[in-house]
Amino acid sequence: MEMPIPNAAVMSKRDRVLARLAQVVPSEALITDEAERRAYECDALTAYRCIPLAVTLPTTTQEVSDILRICHEEDVPVVPRGSGTSLAGGALPTADSVILGVARMRDMLEVNYADRYVRVQTGMTNLAVTGEVESDGFFYAPDPSSQLACAIAGNIAMNSGGAHCLKYGVTTNNLLGVTIVQMDGTVLEIGGAHLDAAGYDLLGVICGSEGQLGVVTEATLRILPKPEGARPVLMGFDSNEVAGECVSDIIKAGVLPVAIEFMDRPCIRACEDFAHAGYPDCEALLIVEVEGSAAEIDEQLGVIKQIARRHNPVELRESQSEEESKKIWLGRKSAFGAMGQINDYMCLDGTIPVSSLPFVLRRIGEMSKEFGLDVANVFHAGDGNMHPLILFDANKPGDLELCEEFGAEILKLCVEAGGCLTGEHGVGIEKRDLMSVQFAPEDLEAQMRVKDVFDPKWLLNPAKVFPLGASAGRRAA
Amino acid sequence: MQPESERELSEMVRAATGALRICGGGTRAIGRPVLGEVLSTTGLTGITLYEPGALTLVAQAGTPLAEVEAALAAEGQRLAFEPMDMRALLGREGTPTVGGMVAANASGPRRVQVGACRDSLIGVRFVDGKGEVIKNGGRVMKNVTGYDLVKLMAGSWGTLGVLTECSFKLLPIPETQATLVSDEMTPEGAVATMSRALTTPFEVNGAARGADGRVYLRMEGFAKQVAYRRQALTDALGGAWQVLEHAASVAQWQSLRDVMAFADQPGDVWRVSVKPSDAAAVVARADCPVAMDWGGGLIWALVPEGCDLRSRLGTFSGHATLIRGSDAALPVFHPEPAPVAALAQGLRAKFDPRGVLNPGLMG
Repeated sequence: MEMPIPNAAVMSKRDRVLARLAQVVPSEALITDEAERRAYECDALTAYRCIPLAVTLPTTTQEVSDILRICHEEDVPVVPRGSGTSLAGGALPTADSVILGVARMRDMLEVNYADRYVRVQTGMTNLAVTGEVESDGFFYAPDPSSQLACAIAGNIAMNSGGAHCLKYGVTTNNLLGVTIVQMDGTVLEIGGAHLDAAGYDLLGVICGSEGQLGVVTEATLRILPKPEGARPVLMGFDSNEVAGECVSDIIKAGVLPVAIEFMDRPCIRACEDFAHAGYPDCEALLIVEVEGSAAEIDEQLGVIKQIARRHNPVELRESQSEEESKKIWLGRKSAFGAMGQINDYMCLDGTIPVSSLPFVLRRIGEMSKEFGLDVANVFHAGDGNMHPLILFDANKPGDLELCEEFGAEILKLCVEAGGCLTGEHGVGIEKRDLMSVQFAPEDLEAQMRVKDVFDPKWLLNPAKVFPLGASAGRRAA
Repeated sequence: MQPESERELSEMVRAATGALRICGGGTRAIGRPVLGEVLSTTGLTGITLYEPGALTLVAQAGTPLAEVEAALAAEGQRLAFEPMDMRALLGREGTPTVGGMVAANASGPRRVQVGACRDSLIGVRFVDGKGEVIKNGGRVMKNVTGYDLVKLMAGSWGTLGVLTECSFKLLPIPETQATLVSDEMTPEGAVATMSRALTTPFEVNGAARGADGRVYLRMEGFAKQVAYRRQALTDALGGAWQVLEHAASVAQWQSLRDVMAFADQPGDVWRVSVKPSDAAAVVARADCPVAMDWGGGLIWALVPEGCDLRSRLGTFSGHATLIRGSDAALPVFHPEPAPVAALAQGLRAKFDPRGVLNPGLMG
């Protein structure tokens, strides 16, 4: 993966920049020692690493503003960082960049049940937000798999999703307002506890902008009352096609499950070995979950099971207890961990129209043979967000490159099928150079114009999202 | 001008030498009329793609909204955000279009549960002020590929680009609905009641206080589910509630959605967006007939002609938009803090450098 050559002028003034930063943040918030900086050389896309110029870990919006203002004046690139769990290299530094991490900003600022929102500092983890309100019967809906570790800052940057977005939407649908610091240090309030923007929907464009428009230090998040209950049903089929058709039929029937998860045979096996969830031995597995009171759940699962029966399931099992539900979900949620135990893998994140599911799965199977690399599929079927896991051997020379090539082909296939390169992980560096597969030059130009307005010097996370060739003129300016 | 293709529209924008007034059905024109040659999108019609099994629909911007709604209803689906029909309130004729709805980010009572138009919008194609055709988003509901210009276009009133095609995430129409109706309540009491209802797990997806002072709470779902929920909600709230069954409930919410109470009343109409728990204080300061929606988060205010409601309200957290106004000097959109206004101005300068798209409409 190509990254820009570090700016020699920036590298040569490192001492001065560090001295200026030391004036605005306490010493424990400025990391300059090489061994300590190394902890920030990568995110969860560990194949790519680079030690940054310095790392700053401020605790207040004012400190964030001061750091950004100095870097702006000194023309130093800044890479914002939440918890560093990006799978796309969103927080990968360059040698000439300062990491601005919000990990020490983790206060809950306000809980307001009457108006159904919380205001948090963005270093707070996703799960901690729910943790603060769940004893009072509320939750924060977006639930990315990394929710134990990932920060709200990163969720906003990547517009993170999760397993339950068929019903509850993704981050952008649950974000009401932000405090955002622009690259020149200006602090802005966008949105708030009210719904809808006064003018342009700047909040909508900030969410998912991968830390390229500003650093979000505080956020107002919508919280929801917890449903009375939830229960999954497990169904196994003897082909991916049939499982895909069943998904489509469930959606058409007017039931709105809160989640529909799909796993294929390699994935089912790995999860079963790992978590002993009691998954059946079959080609394709669906976990469909509905919510409500006990009677409401029975009613909805009744409709769903009736549909499933029309597709001759090899297994159709409704969870009978809280314990069993947990087990069923544990299997699914440990999918990545389970695959990681048996192999190195690369996790993709394309989205396709639900109707192309059978076609795309078939093509991936064929391509798997062509490339000689196995693939396991696990994904959010209700919304078409796929997570093919390509298995490879990191110790085998050339295997990573082959895997990346295969991954790129799968993502191109997603775009050809009418979908997109990334459904919830973000572009980062990983899919940066594939952007021109999905977008024409003028589409990318329109997006880059937005960055021109928010960050005219292109100093915030500059080498991400857009193909390096497309952004070259701007980054050099 | 009424182009019949996106390409023709792009050529017309490129050739424009002066201001263009961008129009769909012309049923949502708020504020001062933009002076300029009319550029209508009503020549771009048709549903391009509808996949009920994927809950997605793509339509050209000039497609009548009614055509889309009918096609969806035939499959038991709908645009969940319940777009308001502004014709009665604004006293306009015409046919609401998909593009006009998006340009206005028109969202109704269900916004409180399923989000606004912008939350269901998953893709757009548009022509910017230079005449370039740009696409963003797509036809899948989970998509974080590049910046989300889809949201930026929703509610931009044709000032950043002329929409040519819009894609939506859909939801099934539940089997039935019912509405609980209270006696007259004060604004304070109504907001507290709506807030209690919206914090129950019974999925209340309409919470309004009509101009009649009554509180309306709507639930939808399977018949058994609705029967259960309305009982559970009544028990949770206490007090006396009347019930509107399905058909009456549908009609009542259409009337609340379209603010019919103020349609034939003289005066100006403002739309105020606030934090629900601030609503009662804002209503007190407004000192005029009001209707409340979104659990108190949305206030419709009817004031005498020319009255500047913003100055009456003073400083508050939220914003006020002049929807039906008689004083051309009053800004339609709420003035923004200088750095935010600078960003908005910067975006306009980038997307419409010659200032030909609805100039002056949003500042």
